[in-house]
Amino acid sequence: MDKPINHRAWFLVTPVVAIVAFSAVIPLMTVVNYSVQDILGPDQRIFVGTDWFQKVLHDPELHGALLRQIVFSLAILAIQLPLGVGLALVLPREGWRSSLSLVLVSLPLLIPWNVVGTIWQVFGRGDIGLGGVALNALGIDYNYTANALHAWLTVVVMDVWHWTPLVALLAYAGLRAVPDAFYQAAKIDGASRWAIFRYIELPKLSGVLTIAVLLRFMDSFTIYTEPFVLTGGGPGNSTTFLSQYLATIAVGRFDLGPAAAFSLVYFLVILLFSYIFYTAMNSKGEAGK
Amino acid sequence: MKGSRFLAPLYLFASFVPIYWLVCMSFKTNEEILGKFTFFPTSPTLDNYSTIFTDSSWSQSYLNSITYVTINTVLSVLVALPAAYAFSRYRFLGDKHLFFWLLTNRMSPPAVFLLPFFQLYSSIGLFDTPWAVALAHTLFTVPLAVWILEGFMSGIPREIDETAYLDGYSFARFFVRIFLPLVRSGVGVTAFFCFMFSWVELLLARTLTSVDAKPIAVTMTRTVSAAGMDWGVLAAAGVLTLIPGAIVIGFVRNYIAKGFALGRV
Repeated sequence: MDKPINHRAWFLVTPVVAIVAFSAVIPLMTVVNYSVQDILGPDQRIFVGTDWFQKVLHDPELHGALLRQIVFSLAILAIQLPLGVGLALVLPREGWRSSLSLVLVSLPLLIPWNVVGTIWQVFGRGDIGLGGVALNALGIDYNYTANALHAWLTVVVMDVWHWTPLVALLAYAGLRAVPDAFYQAAKIDGASRWAIFRYIELPKLSGVLTIAVLLRFMDSFTIYTEPFVLTGGGPGNSTTFLSQYLATIAVGRFDLGPAAAFSLVYFLVILLFSYIFYTAMNSKGEAGK
Repeated sequence: MKGSRFLAPLYLFASFVPIYWLVCMSFKTNEEILGKFTFFPTSPTLDNYSTIFTDSSWSQSYLNSITYVTINTVLSVLVALPAAYAFSRYRFLGDKHLFFWLLTNRMSPPAVFLLPFFQLYSSIGLFDTPWAVALAHTLFTVPLAVWILEGFMSGIPREIDETAYLDGYSFARFFVRIFLPLVRSGVGVTAFFCFMFSWVELLLARTLTSVDAKPIAVTMTRTVSAAGMDWGVLAAAGVLTLIPGAIVIGFVRNYIAKGFALGRV
């Protein structure tokens, strides 16, 4: 791809840069400002340098939350990506059935996040919820409010239910971009279903999958509302992920300095992971072309 | 692949079960929801819905949500269109970094950023207006819109641009008359994603509004009162929040099904 060099293209990009700078960079700078100050009152601020950062980096509770967060994000990526791509492969492609299944698949995406948590809160209850009752009837002593593992699994299942549609929609759309001629050629060559997927469909999907992985990673790494509504982070700390721990510091204890330092570290961790994913998937995508 | 034809219906069924439960709850009385387990509402009632429809604060917040989501979607698509065109057609100073930087704005953890947002929008007098929420949501919708549109636009051969310029089209006229119709499907899909992410977001929307621009998802939290939760009304409100999204996806489903054939996304 040899695109012409044209620096005047900046004029076309300026509106986006302006609006994002307004809505993102100004708040970010405020947070940077908090992170190096001890704010005692509206007019009483002390510059404390990197103290907050050191405090945050040595916080054992934070390490626990970070570990839980990484395990959670990797787990849901490992489930949602194959499931979403698989679903996209088997969804009907034509006629009213394709329209209907697209609408049905997307429904969970359109539910406000606090309602998602509420649905599962009731759905999973052993006495009155369909899911909880069904599991108990199968002989599993399921109780997400008391058992840490059950709570964790419930959050994972909820997230899979909620977000797999996003991966599926993107992958479905990506698959539509594979020209029919490719399939015909593969048929003539006698390629197996797996070979078609591996050498024709997967390379075509690399672009959408990059976006899907990045979106899912970022959003799962900052997940807040759904587990908060479902379990409030409990039982114990078992479903307290980073965002929620951050909220307890910032809103609960109103420790703005450490919270700001924490969120900058948090931001850098996400940035680092995303950049690794992005570069890895991009270079693989280039090689596949 | 004999089994595979059952996979899609199976998944759809499983994913529909929790939604069924929500719909089911919305037709039950609170006594029935909390009292015992029943598959179907034993005495279906519309009370929960009538509670919502007779109270103007519900319909008002429903309208508020639709207002800021619409502003956000229109704004995001409008600013993202030229930018995506620039990214897909030209190389320029810092283009790759800028492209990735856009997405990094989705990465900010919400909890701490709420206060700066509150201060920012209060200081410019937009607090408690739909504009505040719409602008705040551009934080994650604009980067996404640029990324998706860029994929679609890159799928359109550059010869089309060149031919149009040779024919004497100005940039603006070419963009509106020739290029936009070609990426129509991309615009539809982008609009859907902007709509979706803005519609379901709660934290920012709640922080930036108090009375006049209160979104529906926040009004829902009112159902938690001293007397316990009003599950039935909450469920009914949840069902109602599904409807606008279902309508929007009804509009763009054809674009998703067909239109992507052009783009790499």
